[in-house]
Amino acid sequence: MGLISNGTTLLDAGAIDSGIAQGPMQLITTLTASSSANLSFTSGISSTYKEYVFKYLNLHAATDEAELNVNFSIDGGSNYNVAKTSSFFRAEHTGGGTESTAFEYRTGDELSNGTGTQKILRTFSTENDHSGSGTLTLYDPSNTTFVKHFTARGNVIQHANDTASAAFVGGYANTTSAINAVQFTFSSGNIDAGIIKMYGVL
Amino acid sequence: MAILSNAVEMADAGSFSVSLGDQVLIKELNTSGGAVANMTFHHGASSVVLDDTYPFYKFVFSNMHPAGNAVFWLFQANAVDASGFNETITSSTFRAVNPENSSNGQVDYIASIDQAQGTGFQNICSDGDIKTDGDSCISGELLLFDPSNTTYIKHFMARTNHMVNNSQSSDNHIAGYFNTTAALDEFQFKFNSGNIDSGTIKLYGIKGAAN
Repeated sequence: MGLISNGTTLLDAGAIDSGIAQGPMQLITTLTASSSANLSFTSGISSTYKEYVFKYLNLHAATDEAELNVNFSIDGGSNYNVAKTSSFFRAEHTGGGTESTAFEYRTGDELSNGTGTQKILRTFSTENDHSGSGTLTLYDPSNTTFVKHFTARGNVIQHANDTASAAFVGGYANTTSAINAVQFTFSSGNIDAGIIKMYGVL
Repeated sequence: MAILSNAVEMADAGSFSVSLGDQVLIKELNTSGGAVANMTFHHGASSVVLDDTYPFYKFVFSNMHPAGNAVFWLFQANAVDASGFNETITSSTFRAVNPENSSNGQVDYIASIDQAQGTGFQNICSDGDIKTDGDSCISGELLLFDPSNTTYIKHFMARTNHMVNNSQSSDNHIAGYFNTTAALDEFQFKFNSGNIDSGTIKLYGIKGAAN
């Protein structure tokens, strides 16, 4: 027997009803890749939340050395071409007998009011057990007064020598229009597998 | 009709009254009533919880916009029953920055804003002051570890992004510790000069095993 309050089912069958929000961080959408050209969030981004968190889990590239990108839209996903200014740096460790490390700013991976995609993870490997995971936070995308800041941090096993590559990206979408769609793509080839979850934080 | 358990309202009007999930919104401060000099969260005041209820606390800043020109975003704390916002801090700071008008970015340690047993407010943007254009602001978050612990010092980590006065994006990473074994229960955020013209700060508690 369910527990109903004001016409809303709160508890049923030994669990909290799936329609009930559980805490301020609320799962809005899960997209699952299956040889997908992109994963695009074209609904659910509104003024309801001032913070959106995208978690990408075990994204697997179909094409060797593909890089994971993100872009934003102000027209519901018709165009992903919002101007962005950003920075990109990485920390890497290569093992497998060719021990080396790197910590550097990546000039080629930043944007200066560019409208193209923003790189958030560098060169993926297509080996079966290799993948990339991370988190992108987008602040107050529906605001129509300020630019929209975003930060991202992730880790990927790179193509060369099983390199662990951690990427740190920060920037702002240089628009006062509301962002209402977010798209993830690889620089070449499909997203072979993996999921991206979009959360809103109350 | 409300559902009560042990005199605590559990649900009413089609929703739970108690917090569900592991991240709990404790308090929101904003500028809906106009510009303010600072935003201060003090345990026990205005429904703020900042004690051993949670082992982790997170502050999220959205669109903090300064009234003044060329300012920095800062925070400090008070121990229980203390005042002055002058706890001792040791911290490290680095940031990646890139301008709008050219690809000329870099990542650097910023020695000018770290603290070595300092008691001043901790800068949590970078050495680049915040632009005061109408669309400029700073957003980000600060994670605070176990502020009520009376055995250990108190660690914090912050990551913010802001538009620098010369139209650069600055991705800021700040970490450190309050070098005190006293419990901290009051935290204040402000710009180093002028009011907070607009913006929102939300305080969350994050549950641990004991919760």
